[in-house]
Amino acid sequence: MSELIAGRIGEIVEATTAAFTARCHELYVAPALGTLVRAGDNNPVLGIVAEVRTQSLDPSRRPIAMGVDEETEEAVYEHNPQLNRLLSTEFQAIVVGYESESGLKRHLSPFPPRIHSFVYECGRDRLREFSSSYEFLPSLLNSPIGPQDELIAAFLRYSSLTQEDAQAYLVGAGKALAPLLIGQIQRLNNILIRLIS
Amino acid sequence: MTGRLGMVVAGSLTEGVQIRLDVGISTETIKVGTFVSIQGGKFRFFGQVTGVALEAADMSLRGVPPDVSNPFIEQVISGTTAFGMITVEPMLVIADSDDPAAVLDGPQPAKTIPPHFAQVSIATENDIEIVFGEEDEEHFYIGTPLDMETRLALNIPELVTRSNGVFGKSGTGKTFLARLLLIGILQKSNAVNLVFDMHGEYGWKGSSEGTGREVKGLKQLFSSRVAVFTLDEESSRRRGLAPDYVVRIGYQEIEPEDIQILRETLSLSDVAADAVYSLHRHFGRNWLQDFLSHKGREGVRDLADSIGVNSTALSSLHNRLSRLERLPFIEGSGHDSLNQILRYLERGMHVVLEFGRYGNDLASYILVANLLTRRIHERYMQMSEQASDDPSRQPRPLVITIEEAHKFLTPSVADQTIFGTIAREDRKYNVTLMVVDQRPSGIDEEVMSQLGTKITCLLDSERDVDSVLTGRSGSRKLRDVLSRLESKQQALAFGHALPMPVVIRTRNYGSLESYKELGFRDDADSLSDITQARDDLFGPP
Repeated sequence: MSELIAGRIGEIVEATTAAFTARCHELYVAPALGTLVRAGDNNPVLGIVAEVRTQSLDPSRRPIAMGVDEETEEAVYEHNPQLNRLLSTEFQAIVVGYESESGLKRHLSPFPPRIHSFVYECGRDRLREFSSSYEFLPSLLNSPIGPQDELIAAFLRYSSLTQEDAQAYLVGAGKALAPLLIGQIQRLNNILIRLIS
Repeated sequence: MTGRLGMVVAGSLTEGVQIRLDVGISTETIKVGTFVSIQGGKFRFFGQVTGVALEAADMSLRGVPPDVSNPFIEQVISGTTAFGMITVEPMLVIADSDDPAAVLDGPQPAKTIPPHFAQVSIATENDIEIVFGEEDEEHFYIGTPLDMETRLALNIPELVTRSNGVFGKSGTGKTFLARLLLIGILQKSNAVNLVFDMHGEYGWKGSSEGTGREVKGLKQLFSSRVAVFTLDEESSRRRGLAPDYVVRIGYQEIEPEDIQILRETLSLSDVAADAVYSLHRHFGRNWLQDFLSHKGREGVRDLADSIGVNSTALSSLHNRLSRLERLPFIEGSGHDSLNQILRYLERGMHVVLEFGRYGNDLASYILVANLLTRRIHERYMQMSEQASDDPSRQPRPLVITIEEAHKFLTPSVADQTIFGTIAREDRKYNVTLMVVDQRPSGIDEEVMSQLGTKITCLLDSERDVDSVLTGRSGSRKLRDVLSRLESKQQALAFGHALPMPVVIRTRNYGSLESYKELGFRDDADSLSDITQARDDLFGPP
């Protein structure tokens, strides 16, 4: 994998308007849970990584244990180079917005990204711009993929690092979440705990 | 504290509007009685906070509170899931337009409530002036609204058109408040005061209960406009004060009605009290002196036989009335005290009648106050009737201040006393009352309901609170405000002279600065005045 195309982390293999799945170009080189990613070149769609999984390329063949005689985990991969071809890492992202000629939108794109679109990790500036408004919170709360509460906490933790006052940003996010979680005080409590831990 | 508090989220005209406090506004910063303004679409409403509550958007919060040991979580939950709510009673409304006609009409009583989501803020200085008026030749600065520095002014000419009451348990500052009102009347209206000063608090000097410090009375501040009369010359002289007049009451001036009002104070039975009329018929004008001259049991019994009255009752009446003989200010037959008072009042002088040591003798106070007031009222009636064709000849409005009214305006005697009559007949004859009292529940309900403006400091007893708020719409909410006043220098004022009820912190009284603010000029000021006048006349030296 060349270093030329900086930030490119994968390629879309499945896409709907609400979510897409991308296969990573390298085994285990996936964006972290809660990362803001961009897919496509025209009107790129923005997504937040909601689940990362590594599995056998052939769903009918489960990997078998291979490290019985090996000293370290690295040695397993060293002595079995075919593993990099038999296993693959994928991630799923939920769509939270898109970029259009008129600017950044924080709602679903009218069309899903195309298959084989490249997926890039968004830079700090884009992340700050996107997260400067809490409008994305409802889509994360209702994410069809992955543990939503963990996802929200992970994304807010990342995005807070791009803001001038991280603590104030998190308090603001908490306050924006509170009305969305009326009647679910314990869930709110759990998310809040994850925000600061 | 200024600025936005929150927004209207619910409410009704009867229960007041509910306001959800903004994130960051703590219930701790808002007190019952705070004056707020609500910006509606077409109108601006003014009201008073009557309730403060803690609410939660999530009912499970009560049972399973979040983990607030973590300050972050507390910070998030406060103001969102858990928030403060205040109830505001909209009382006045003013058209919010550039139309000067609408603004000129001034605030009107609120007959509706602001819409959902109307913005609520703490009232500004400008709001207070719109509602209560600025301090001017008719408005007297009486204090500041709760938690504000703005001067709240009372419309004094409006105040004196009706009888008023100043209430509060002892030590809450009602005497200070009454003294300020007297000064207000002196400065801002053409009415004159006649004060029956039971404990020597208003004339020359008074005392501050908290500090024991002396404060100046009306005479010290406005010597050219105030006359101090006394019943007890010795006490006045002892205090280094030369009274303007020493009041004496002649026996002939005491009429049966004056004894009737003492019925409870002297523990007279009905028969004994009624015997007074028989005595009056029998002896004529000098009945009291003649009656008291019958010494010994035999003498009284013979008299009882001759006028056909029960001798035991007459004998007890004799006993009780003979204490009047021991009062040195009752002597001889005719005195000019009444005319003196009237002459002073007609000249626009304010009269403070000090009782000296007789202030502790309730019978003396009631007797003298009632006797003088009755005659003054008669005279005012005559003058008013004579001037009925020519309003310009109407007598100068008179405000009579009485203390401890609950002892002689009780329901059983209120209709017999002149004070009851004055309170009821209103301003018909240009005489009104200012009742200063600590137990309003003892005062006849009808008299209480006739009081136009009531200014009340903290009251302890439920019955007193009830009695002060009798006949006042929305009294339940005012009751909450009243019962939470601070014990010093705070009062709830409402009624005729005020467009809406308001809690005030009474203005300071007692420091040189406060006197100067009231227009008092000390020796140094006077000297500079004289120097200035001399320089004006003859040129600088």
